[in-house]
Amino acid sequence: MTNHIKAILWKQLKDTIKNKNIFIQFVMFPCLTILMENTIHIENMPEHFFTNLFAIMYTGMAPLTSATAVIAEEKEKNTLCVLQLCNVKAFEYLIGNAIYIISICMIGSFVMGLTGGYAGTALLKFMLIMFLGHCCSFLLGAAIGVMSKNQMTATSIGVPVMMILSFLPMLSTFNETIKKFSKFIFSEQLYILVNNLTENITTETGFILTCNFVLIIIFFLITYKNVSLES
Amino acid sequence: MNKAIIIKDLSHFFGEVEVLSHLDLSVDKGELLGLLGPSGAGKTTLIHILTGQLKFTKGNCCILGKSPLNMAGEDYKQIGIMMDNLGLYERMSCYDNLKFYQMLDGKRKENIEPVLKKVGLWEARKTQIMHLSKGMKNRLAFARAILRQPKILFLDEPTSGLDPTTVTAIHQMILEEKHRGTTIFLTTHNMHESEKLCDKIALLNNGKIVEYGNPNDICRRYNYKKKINIHLKNGQDIVFDHTREIWEVIKTYFINDEVETIHSTEPNLENIFMELTGRKFDI
Ligand SMILES: Nc1ncnc2c1ncn2[C@@H]1O[C@H](COP(=O)(O)OP(=O)(O)OP(=O)(O)O)[C@@H](O)[C@H]1O
Ligand SMILES: [Mg+2]
Repeated sequence: MTNHIKAILWKQLKDTIKNKNIFIQFVMFPCLTILMENTIHIENMPEHFFTNLFAIMYTGMAPLTSATAVIAEEKEKNTLCVLQLCNVKAFEYLIGNAIYIISICMIGSFVMGLTGGYAGTALLKFMLIMFLGHCCSFLLGAAIGVMSKNQMTATSIGVPVMMILSFLPMLSTFNETIKKFSKFIFSEQLYILVNNLTENITTETGFILTCNFVLIIIFFLITYKNVSLES
Repeated sequence: MNKAIIIKDLSHFFGEVEVLSHLDLSVDKGELLGLLGPSGAGKTTLIHILTGQLKFTKGNCCILGKSPLNMAGEDYKQIGIMMDNLGLYERMSCYDNLKFYQMLDGKRKENIEPVLKKVGLWEARKTQIMHLSKGMKNRLAFARAILRQPKILFLDEPTSGLDPTTVTAIHQMILEEKHRGTTIFLTTHNMHESEKLCDKIALLNNGKIVEYGNPNDICRRYNYKKKINIHLKNGQDIVFDHTREIWEVIKTYFINDEVETIHSTEPNLENIFMELTGRKFDI
C-alpha cells in the first residue's frame, strides 16, 4: 500500500469520529438491527426478517451516502487541490476511500449477521452478499460525488438514488407492481439472495447482478474520465 | 541556472475569455517576487498554472527547470503552497492536519512541533480547525506550506482580511523563510505589503504585466511626478509639479511669510498603478 493510501485511511478514521453525518450512516442500521431483533417478535415472521431487511437498506444507503459526502465535501472545501499538490492521484484517493468505507460497512454487516443469528457458511455467504452490495453502492456514490461541485448537489442527486436502492426491496414485498420494476436493481436481487441463503443462485439473479455491476462500473468510469478530480 | 521560475509568453483562456495574456516573467532563486493586482487580475490563476493545478492554453513556463505539467512526486516536494482558500480539514486538529501532509510525503512527524511553535499554534495544536479564528487558520496554512522546507513557496494573499498584529507576524515569518534562501512567489492586493517585503514586484492588470522591477526603483522611475504641497497661513493649499521654475514662486511665498507647512509627495505604487491603468486599486 502506498504512503498516500495509508495517509488517506488515517485521515478518514480521524475524521469519521468527529463527522456525525457519516458516523450515523455507519452505525444506524447495525444498531436498529440489534434493537429490533431483540425486542420485536411477531407470529409467523420470516426468519432473520429484520436483519435481512436492514442489511439491504444498509448496503444501499451507508456506502453510497458516505462516499458522496466525503468526496463532495473535499471538493467544496478545496482540500482536494492540496492533495493533488502532494501528488496524490485520483485513483489512489478513491482506493483509499473505498478501503475505508467498505471495511467499516463490513464490520457493520458482521455485527448485523451475528445479531441475526447467522453462523458458519451462512454468515460467510451473508457477508459476501453484503460485500457485493457495498462495492456497487460505493461506486455509485463515488461517481455522484465526483460529478457534483459541492455538497448540496451531491445530496440532491444522492438521496433519490439511495432511496430507490434501499427502500424498493422493502416496498416490493407489499406490492407486485413495484416488484416488476425493482427486480432490475441490484439491491432487490441481493435481498432475494439473503432471503434464500441455502438455495442456489438463479440465472435471473446472476444475470441481473452482473448487468448491474457492469453498468455501474461503466457509469463510474465515464464520470471519472469526464469530470477529472484534478481541477 | 539561477532562475527558479521562468514564464515565457504565457496565455490562458477560460472559454473565450483571455485571463492571462502573453506574460513574460522570471524569478531568481532566493528572490521574493510580489505579484500585485486588483481583484480578478489573474493572480490566483497564475499560481494554479505554476503549481500544475491548471493546464495553461499557450506559451511556456518552468519551475526549477521543469514544466509544471510534467511534475512528479519529488518535484512537488520542492514547493510549498498556501492557497487563498486554505484547504484545511475542518474537523481535524491543527496537529493532525500537519501530520496528514507529512504522511502523504512519507515523512515522519518530527518537523511538526518546531513549525507549530514558529507560527504560534503549539498551544492550540489539539483544537479543531473549525474552532480557530481566521488569523489562526491562515497561520496554520502557512505552517503547512513551510512544513516541507520547500525551495519555492507560493503564497496567495497570505494576509488578506487579517488584523495588523497577525499581518506583522506573517510578514516576519515570510522574511525568515526568505533568509533561509527560499524563493517566494507572493500575490497581494496590498501595496504597503509589497513595498515592505518584495525584492521585485510585478503589477498585473487584466492579465497583463504593466510594470515590473524593484519597488523603490519603480517609484524612482516615476519620480518626475513628484509634487510639492504648500499649505498657506490663510488656509489655502497649493500643489506644484516638481520643476525648476517653481522655486522662484515658492521663494516669494516664504519671503512674504505666508507659508504654514511645505512638503513633497513622492509617487507610491498605488498612484503609479492608477497612472498606468487609469483604474483605482480596490483593496
Ligand atoms: N474556473 C474558472 N472558470 C472561468 N473563469 C474563471 C475561473 N477561475 C477564474 N476565472 C476568471 O479569471 C479571472 C481571474 O481570476 P483570479 O482568481 O485569477 O483573480 P485574482 O487576481 O486571484 O483575484 P483575487 O484578488 O480576487 O483573488 C477572473 O475574471 C475570474 O472570473
Ligand atoms: Mg485570488
